[in-house]
Amino acid sequence: MFSIARTTLSNAGRRVVNPSMTGIRSMSSEATFDLTGSFKTHNLDIAPNNEITMSKEELIGHFKLMYTMRRMEITCDNEYKSRNIRGFCHLYDGQEAVATGIQAAFEPEDSWITSYRCHCIALLRGGSVSTVLAELFGNTGGMTKGKGGSMHFYSKPDNFFGGQGIVGAQVPVGTGLAFANKYNAKPGEKMNVAIGCYGDGAANQGQIWESANMASLWKLPMIFCIENNHYGMGTSIDRHSSHTDYYKMGNHIPGIRIDGMNVLAVKEGMRFVKDYCGSGNGPMYVEMMTYRYHGHSMSDPGTTYRNREEIAMTRSTRDPLEFVKKTVIDAGFADADEIKQMEKEIRKFVQSEVVKAKEFPLPEPEALFDYVFAKDLTPENQESQKHIRMPDYAKSFWS
Amino acid sequence: QKNKRTNMMSTSISICTRRLHLHKRYLSSLTLKKHNEYYETPQNAKGAFESAPAEPNIDALLPKTNMNLVSSINQTLARILETDSSAIIFGQDISFGGVFRCTINLQNRYGKDRVFNTPLNENGIVGMAVGYASTGSLAIAEIQFADYVFPAFDQIKNEASMFRYRSGNQWNCGKMIVRMPYGAVGHGGHYHSQSPEAFFTHIPGIIVMIPRGPVQAKGMLLSASTSNDPVIFFEPKALYRSKLDDVPDEDYFIPIGKAEIMKEGKDVTVVGWGRQLQVLEKACELAWKNHGISCELIDLRTLAPWDVDTVEASVRKTGKLLVSHESPVTGGVGGEIACAIQERCFLSLEAPIARVCGLDIPFPLAKEKEYLPDEWKNLEAIKKLVEYSK
Repeated sequence: MFSIARTTLSNAGRRVVNPSMTGIRSMSSEATFDLTGSFKTHNLDIAPNNEITMSKEELIGHFKLMYTMRRMEITCDNEYKSRNIRGFCHLYDGQEAVATGIQAAFEPEDSWITSYRCHCIALLRGGSVSTVLAELFGNTGGMTKGKGGSMHFYSKPDNFFGGQGIVGAQVPVGTGLAFANKYNAKPGEKMNVAIGCYGDGAANQGQIWESANMASLWKLPMIFCIENNHYGMGTSIDRHSSHTDYYKMGNHIPGIRIDGMNVLAVKEGMRFVKDYCGSGNGPMYVEMMTYRYHGHSMSDPGTTYRNREEIAMTRSTRDPLEFVKKTVIDAGFADADEIKQMEKEIRKFVQSEVVKAKEFPLPEPEALFDYVFAKDLTPENQESQKHIRMPDYAKSFWS
Repeated sequence: QKNKRTNMMSTSISICTRRLHLHKRYLSSLTLKKHNEYYETPQNAKGAFESAPAEPNIDALLPKTNMNLVSSINQTLARILETDSSAIIFGQDISFGGVFRCTINLQNRYGKDRVFNTPLNENGIVGMAVGYASTGSLAIAEIQFADYVFPAFDQIKNEASMFRYRSGNQWNCGKMIVRMPYGAVGHGGHYHSQSPEAFFTHIPGIIVMIPRGPVQAKGMLLSASTSNDPVIFFEPKALYRSKLDDVPDEDYFIPIGKAEIMKEGKDVTVVGWGRQLQVLEKACELAWKNHGISCELIDLRTLAPWDVDTVEASVRKTGKLLVSHESPVTGGVGGEIACAIQERCFLSLEAPIARVCGLDIPFPLAKEKEYLPDEWKNLEAIKKLVEYSK
């Protein structure tokens, strides 16, 4: 079904530096992993390296992060079903490797803007499990003080621009961020990049073609990152896109297809892409081959347009978490018991964060009017903003 | 060309001849002052709360130069580019000056990095402005005609207006101006004459401003460039060359959200904006000369958020209100004004509020005269209001 190069668990293409240590709990603190077959390029003479060296701390850190994401998304699922989270909820489980790998390859100065499937990216950039969940609950403890909810997480210190509800609208905005990065770059230094993540369903939006044209024309350091989970809401990729090789979609803009279930491949691929774009070579199309276990959102069971067997098969053969677990064990960084222990701790941690998140109060009604306009249009020490006249019944005839 | 650009001595771009004088003036004030730095006069300092700074005393600002709307906007844009190093101007065809020459000579002076053409992508243009502005830099996007703004409407409504609100004040794209020529021009037809201001006044979170002439355009554009909220700036294209006025050389800021009473009167309050004020001035003159009706003419200047207090005070005085605009009457801004005023001072009204607006049809080519709310239609409405109230 998927005619792509993907790293399955059976295809254990992981070569360890110290083969004599395989199977024994090793003291080695880093290992090299083989990534052949994870990349496919378009219009590029160079390609990412076929292997990556990673230290024990880093890899275990990735695993912990991904497992936290997974537990957080499952918690969101449960909380939504028990009606503590209202509104919309688009879950990211199955795609954790993409976010983790990108964050690992990027600097904090690189701008990141994404779609509504943003809980996990918010976790990486400026959020903690409790602030993310508090935002979903609509409390003041949330990342945007309960104003945005599921689709709108932002963090200024971490250069995270959200969280957009309108499909594809984040891409022109991301092009503007890339423009700002190029405008403000110091000569002789590498530019900070801007990445705009969107899905395969959004990839045919007109505004994305417009942004790609401008980014290519002016050689902006923009990364068009398509998280291809093979379904655009409820329509499979073959039924909604006449051209399914998204990494070739840029035509003369170079592209790369990365196995999005392998966090090591994502990291190495994004390092390569950041290097390419930050050096002033212009934008690049990055396609991440990934999958989402849940439906499009919580109101979508996810089974009306695909088989349960497909979901189960992906879970058993291509799960990113299982892949990292196996990699850690095979490299000798930790054994199965230690990993089980880590998982237990993370579960408990997430549960405690949920409790913490529920403790925050709901926002005051006056907060409805906050931040529609900038503060300097509103007077200090005044009860309600003068310019927002609803409800200003004090002045109307009926008061 | 390159030497000219980098050489400070040749910063003069205006079409008037007093280049040296202007140059000295510009050198002396190379940063735009914030609003309150200008108005720390004793009268204002002790005064009641002002949500926006005081009106500049335009008459007292000397010296002045006579110029038309195009030159005023051109010089103001140059001033903005000069004082804000992050400011960029982009849009279709603006490098040679744009279809109306509002951006003429700016690329020569400030370089291709800051003043450049874009492809024909309104959605992409405004989206890019949103993204650039959200990093705290000033983005001035030009849409060639207001009729073409609709592909970008999603970016304005769903991104620009909500950026600050949805991120809990962490991010904002306040330093963004979208400029576009609007309004009837006599031969524009369907797609070069529209006035879409009503669509934008319905969006909370943005500012919609329409100047009525060169003097107001400079003050309003400077206010827009220092404001922290995204601004949609409509320019009346019919007045680009025809409206001449004495524009002060120095910087002055017209407060956002405040209307201006152009002419005091006691019989009828007449509200309009932009190009329509020219028509309304004529109607008010006719009313005075032929019928002795004294009209109070108010220029709203900012349509969103609009200055309901000024209009209300005026209606309490006169008891009769007339709103006039070129866009179709149903769903236009006139309806909003009428409803808010009747909510506030119903008992002061002596006659139903009159709206003299365009017809509910697409903007026509052949019968433009019949479509537009000209001075005769307005005069009839004024007369009817006075008759009713007798």
